[in-house]
Amino acid sequence: MNAPVLNAPAVSAWSDHLVVLPVVLPIAVAGAMFLMDERRRRLKAGLGLATVLVLLGLALVLVGRAGEAVQVYRLGNWAAPYGIVLVVDRLSALMLALTGVLGLCALVFSFARWGRAGPRFHGLFLLLLMGVNGAFLTGDLFNLFVFFEVMLAASYGLVLHGSGAARIRAGLGYIAVNLVASLFFLVGVSLIYGTMGTLNMADLARRLAAPSGGDPALFEVGCAVLGIAFLIKCSAWPLGFWLPTTYAAASAPAAAILAILSKVGVYVVVRLSLLLLGAGLSEGFGQAWILAAGLATMAYGTIGILAARDLARAAGYAVMISSGTVLAALGTGSDGALEGALYYLLGSTLAAGALFLMAEILQRGRDPAEATQPVFADEYRDPFDDADATEIGRAIPAALAILGCGFLLCTLMLAGVPPLAGFVGKLAMFVGLTAGTMTASAWWLIAALTLSSFATLMPLVRLGIQSLWVPNDDPPPVLRPPEFAALAGLIGACLALALWGGPALAYAHETVRWLAEPQDYVRAVLGAGAQEGGS
Amino acid sequence: MEVVLSLGIGVFAAAGVWLMLRPRTFQVVLGLALLSYAVNLFIFAMGRLTVGAPPVLGAGAEVVSVDDPVPQALVLTALVIGFALTALFLVVLLAARGITGSDHVDGREPHQAEPHPGNPKP
Repeated sequence: MNAPVLNAPAVSAWSDHLVVLPVVLPIAVAGAMFLMDERRRRLKAGLGLATVLVLLGLALVLVGRAGEAVQVYRLGNWAAPYGIVLVVDRLSALMLALTGVLGLCALVFSFARWGRAGPRFHGLFLLLLMGVNGAFLTGDLFNLFVFFEVMLAASYGLVLHGSGAARIRAGLGYIAVNLVASLFFLVGVSLIYGTMGTLNMADLARRLAAPSGGDPALFEVGCAVLGIAFLIKCSAWPLGFWLPTTYAAASAPAAAILAILSKVGVYVVVRLSLLLLGAGLSEGFGQAWILAAGLATMAYGTIGILAARDLARAAGYAVMISSGTVLAALGTGSDGALEGALYYLLGSTLAAGALFLMAEILQRGRDPAEATQPVFADEYRDPFDDADATEIGRAIPAALAILGCGFLLCTLMLAGVPPLAGFVGKLAMFVGLTAGTMTASAWWLIAALTLSSFATLMPLVRLGIQSLWVPNDDPPPVLRPPEFAALAGLIGACLALALWGGPALAYAHETVRWLAEPQDYVRAVLGAGAQEGGS
Repeated sequence: MEVVLSLGIGVFAAAGVWLMLRPRTFQVVLGLALLSYAVNLFIFAMGRLTVGAPPVLGAGAEVVSVDDPVPQALVLTALVIGFALTALFLVVLLAARGITGSDHVDGREPHQAEPHPGNPKP
């Protein structure tokens, strides 16, 4: 065996270091924030805003450059299977941009009041972004674990932000479930290390593509255990009962940024199953399970959203439906469906985030016990009984009109009704599914997509009428400028996604084409000639 | 040695799972700690069990058996993270005990009814 070449060609241009900034910048700023006095809120908010803006800009630059070439960043310039690598390809750049948009809007929203509801909000928020960005960038399974833990540790703090019995009760369950998920993660990672002898994703893909005659059973057990950990994060049925309760209990900006957390799980499932299980030794392992889990998650989310009695819970179930859709599209094995699903993932995550924010504005100051009353309260009384109350009429304040528009757009987006991006994404999935020969799984997914659209529309319209139209004695909602800016940002991003649907779908198409060729990823990370090397 | 280690991992994991499913939060914390011991030992075992083998090879060393250092590094990281998160969980547990007045995982004693508008005082 030859001595391995440890020194890769030196990284020269300064712009190559942009890849590591989405991880280094937030943790550096967060570290500085933890040293500051808790009373310097303005400074912290300004620093946080500047950091998130830079992160969004970086993500957009990386999206632009990912179209040209895959960028591999070797930390300390150690060559790939021995050192730690960060990899930016189209999929990770896209997810970074999604995190940037959602992070910016959630942080701006918190300026109105939530940033002051408890200590160390901004620091935790940046740490969460660091963990999420790192999870999207890393090319190594164990670093993925570390970034997951950073992200989860920050999310535990954010779920409890604002305190109160409901948050602590929900947080207790959330932390317990995720600690167990981390243990699954560790068992899976160590099983894979024990059988394959490496944790670098590209190296794993290379060894799997050139099987040395070993028994893949133990490796597949490792993948399955690892899959359980990620499916808990995606809140796939039956591992995701914690999600709606936790997200509904969390404060609004925290819930909005937590919407990206379940997408981290989805991202890892997509990445690993296409890279490791797409071809070679364990080709197609677990695909049927992912399809089943995705369909079951869609069904559970659909039933849950029909039963939801407040907006935050409905948004939680919408997050579940969107995760389930991507998983099911991945499980069908159709590239066209996955393209549509990636596009749909962007829009539905942004819309779910906006829904969490609006839920808090609309339900602020209301008695939380209202959520336990009968769903159709007006069924039991004469609709003309309180005619005088309705006929006086109330001038719709501007806040209510803006919220109404925003709510309508979110509903259209999540339900996948034309003309917004949700519909375009679902249509792209239909086109992808019907392109080849129709399999049973394609029919199942088409049925599930159609039904979940109807079932999302109904409860959202019902909740919208309840909180926006029905005259009541509650004071009209107050919309502060930062809250308006955050909502406008999220909904504007949804609209932009629909307006520039062509380029976005083309990007998704290129992404899936790239993901379908794992040997290109291997070559990019390990260098040319790695393909023939073997071990 | 293999039998002892696997039995140890099995006992830790079994006790951990049983404790984690108990209704009191303190039992859940202990269960999580035991489970993480089991998982850490498992990671360690994935580097194969050797006695007295050097972890790092010098130049030209006549060594037949080598200890794999990577799982040990992984265990170290996992231990630190697990320890920190268990500490965090303990804090949340104490907060839950203080605010809800109960150390049940649901935040209320099982014989109490859920707080409900139609059912004001449990």
